[in-house]
Amino acid sequence: MQDFVQLWVYLSATPLFGLTATLVTYVVAQAFYQRVGQAPWANPVLWTVVTLSVLLMVSRTPYPTYFSGAQFIHFLLGPAVVALAWPLWQRRAQLAGRLGPLLIAALVGGATAGGSAVAIGWSLGLPVNLLRSLAPKSVTAPVAMGIAEALGGVPALAAVFAVLTGLIGAISAKYLFDALGPFTPCERGFALGVSAHGIGAARAMQVHPDSGAYAALALGMQVVLSSVLIPLLARLF
Amino acid sequence: MNALTGIAWLLIFQSLGEVLSRLLHVHLPGPVIGMLLLLVALRSVRVRVPVGAAAEVLLGHFSLLFVPVGVGVITHLDLLAQYGSRLVLVLVLSTWLGLAVTAMLLRRLLRHERPAPAGARSPLHREGN
Repeated sequence: MQDFVQLWVYLSATPLFGLTATLVTYVVAQAFYQRVGQAPWANPVLWTVVTLSVLLMVSRTPYPTYFSGAQFIHFLLGPAVVALAWPLWQRRAQLAGRLGPLLIAALVGGATAGGSAVAIGWSLGLPVNLLRSLAPKSVTAPVAMGIAEALGGVPALAAVFAVLTGLIGAISAKYLFDALGPFTPCERGFALGVSAHGIGAARAMQVHPDSGAYAALALGMQVVLSSVLIPLLARLF
Repeated sequence: MNALTGIAWLLIFQSLGEVLSRLLHVHLPGPVIGMLLLLVALRSVRVRVPVGAAAEVLLGHFSLLFVPVGVGVITHLDLLAQYGSRLVLVLVLSTWLGLAVTAMLLRRLLRHERPAPAGARSPLHREGN
């Protein structure tokens, strides 16, 4: 028993633990998600995050220890944002023809998501540092962290809000769209990319190729628009 | 091999973006500048083919990349306990508002283009090159 405890203490302190736990849990969650026909409630990110959080709390593993391994996955967010140029390039003809409507929808939709978060949070009496971290919540996590920092919010918190927003969108968008519809796959995907960024876009990519492409498009536009506009707006106040 | 070369290109453009972001003091994050530069560079076949392969891999598993940040929620449990219900309300309502407004606005804006698809698209028939 003593040996086992020592072995666990050793293993859980190496980067190997965080990396292995993240990948294995995600692969299992992804397999389950496919098995239940990609039902929104079975979202693999949601269940991977829940499982790992419980695992860390039960085993009393500190988050930095976990992150020392998980950072290798986290690091890939940067190249993935750069890679968004690819879906933009693939749909450049469509994008050029619809640039006006898409820009307006991304601007108004993004402003609605971020603005309503700050307004509702303010009316509920949330403190200012929380509001500053909420403003970029509809931007993909790595970019949201940078914006929150520029705004004087808490980057780590902004990233968590962004992930939660993405999960809420990925899980509930189908029901919302069905209730307000009918919408084309393009419209659904674009809205997911604007309001629920990367995780919403990932969901859209699995559901339909058109909605996936438009979600990636929205994600790319949203990243550029919000990086430029949110700090500019914040400087006004 | 293509995907590996593609990853190298992505890292090069991300690095370029980071350097420009620091040097020019612009507010755009490095990866975003990198994405814009890459969008121009994709005109070259030597960049396009490997980057396409790498992007399919990375974006195909995009949601996995958010897991480490998501697990970070456990470091803010005190905050969630304090403001939990209000935060959930804010996040859910604002996300739904964003989704509904974007989808409904886009539906309305794109409806105008449907009656005249052929004429409106004439400058775009360059897909072949």
